[in-house]
Amino acid sequence: MANPATKTQVISLYRQFLRSGSKFGAYNFRDYAIRRARDGFRSHMNEADPEKISAFIKKAEQELKVVQRQSTISSMFNSGQRLIIEEQRIVRTAGDN
Amino acid sequence: MLSRQLQRNILKVAAAPSVRLSLAKQAPRVVLFSLRTFSNTAQKQNASTVETLTPNSDSLGFETTAIEKPGRPIYLDMQATSPMDPRVLDAMLPYLTDLYGNPHSRTHQYGWETERAVEEAREQVAKLIGADPKEIIFTSGATEANNLSLKGVAHFYKGKKKHIITTQIEHKCVLESCRVLQEEGFDVTYLPVQPNGLIDIKQFEEAIRPDTSIVSIMSVNNEIGVIQPIEEIGKICRKNKVFFHTDAAQAVGKIPMDVNAMNIDLMSISGHKLYGPKGIGAIYVRRRPRVRLEAVQSGGGQERGIRSGTVPTPLVVGLGAACKIATEEMEYDDQRISRLSKRLIDGIQSKVEQVVRNGDDVHTYPGCVNLSFSYVEGESLLMALKEIALSSGSACTSASLEPSYVLRALGADDEMAHSSIRFGIGRFTTEAEIDYVINHVVGHVNKLRDMSPLWEMVQEGIDLKSIQWSQH
Ligand SMILES: Cc1ncc(COP(=O)(O)O)c(C=O)c1O
Repeated sequence: MANPATKTQVISLYRQFLRSGSKFGAYNFRDYAIRRARDGFRSHMNEADPEKISAFIKKAEQELKVVQRQSTISSMFNSGQRLIIEEQRIVRTAGDN
Repeated sequence: MLSRQLQRNILKVAAAPSVRLSLAKQAPRVVLFSLRTFSNTAQKQNASTVETLTPNSDSLGFETTAIEKPGRPIYLDMQATSPMDPRVLDAMLPYLTDLYGNPHSRTHQYGWETERAVEEAREQVAKLIGADPKEIIFTSGATEANNLSLKGVAHFYKGKKKHIITTQIEHKCVLESCRVLQEEGFDVTYLPVQPNGLIDIKQFEEAIRPDTSIVSIMSVNNEIGVIQPIEEIGKICRKNKVFFHTDAAQAVGKIPMDVNAMNIDLMSISGHKLYGPKGIGAIYVRRRPRVRLEAVQSGGGQERGIRSGTVPTPLVVGLGAACKIATEEMEYDDQRISRLSKRLIDGIQSKVEQVVRNGDDVHTYPGCVNLSFSYVEGESLLMALKEIALSSGSACTSASLEPSYVLRALGADDEMAHSSIRFGIGRFTTEAEIDYVINHVVGHVNKLRDMSPLWEMVQEGIDLKSIQWSQH
């Protein structure tokens, strides 16, 4: 990714994925959204072909919109009960301090 | 005990002045660490205990403990149903809101919009299984697709052919359809399976008769995850000019399926097993050489007359989206699910003995892990593992105390069949969930075994099979 402008664009996209993904109300979707974005961007990290890069950016932009919409919906229609595993995590972080 | 050990450590430090300085620096860290481990275990043991209440007037002096809801259980029942992928919902929403036309309306834009969406979904489903879109018929799910395939083909060809072949480990809807056909006068062969869950190909070939009209063998079993040799079965069916139907509800979107490479003539698909919506499915019906079906439902002649009734656009769009995602994500999902599956099996087997995985070692879908815990009653273990949504087999058998007919077909004795639990891993399962499950399963299995007199006898080296149980 030689072009610095492209690089900035990709990094900004990635950050937006992480930010929107972390808004999913449901634990499993939240974890998946972040993991999938990380793995997806990583697997294209060494892409040199400008055409492929722009195709990747185009697809990512569309998918970002899906994540933005769906994480909002997920946060609105949450069951109101966290998963047992999230509760555990809170306990553990509290114990760490 | 922990704190006593700690004291001893600290005493040792005090007794050895030469290392006092350096260890004194470490000691606080040791203390912190130990305390943390200790409180963590305590927290785990009392995960649901929040506070102890003072006895009130009607508690008869017993101490009561308030149990707070500890959080939603972890979902590990992926074979019963899978959560809908957010991307699927995103594709469906326009058709649940603005685009509500009847896809069969030919006279206005409302109908054209939804018709286009239905046809796009048909292409997405077809692409996933290597079919032509014209060969896809939408149904309400795999149950309907199985009914249509078996009854439809059997009825259409009943003039000349009266024989059906299936297996003993099919889903209830296939077995029940066959039973109904038997009552109508059809002959049904229920093939047994080997102890690994796979059919014996030779035995299958020998079961084919000149009047066999259809063979129905599932691709992936919903209880043990065994993958049948579909390509071989397809070849044999084609050679003998017998139609081959496969219930691929648990296979499509998870393992590669290709109707042409596998010589499949009819295939059942279910939306809610591949992260799509419930109440939608599809049936693949081959056009060349043509498979003909007698419709079960009479009506407006939608779906080429095979399945009358207005096609539910939002659900169909959801199924299409689910198939499109599965086409793109199958490799990624498979790598991940295989890794989690291995982590789960190794994690449990390395910590408790006498745990066996049911089904073949190699030809099994990794997302379906069926384990038998010797000397532990499956139902008791399920009750103990209330923090995890699990099942002892299919949703229909889990409510009854009957051991699963699938495990019995493998030749498992009743005790083994009773001690089995199915773990379903999917696209959204996390490592943290698997680790949590390992810890809890190991803990509860050990606890239940400690209470079991049988386990105690086994530990003492008594062969249970040699005991003459007398009845007084
Ligand atoms: C192998 C198999 N066939 C058929 C079905 C029924 O599918 P549906 O719920 O779509 O009718 C299921 C799921 O319960 C299944 O696991």
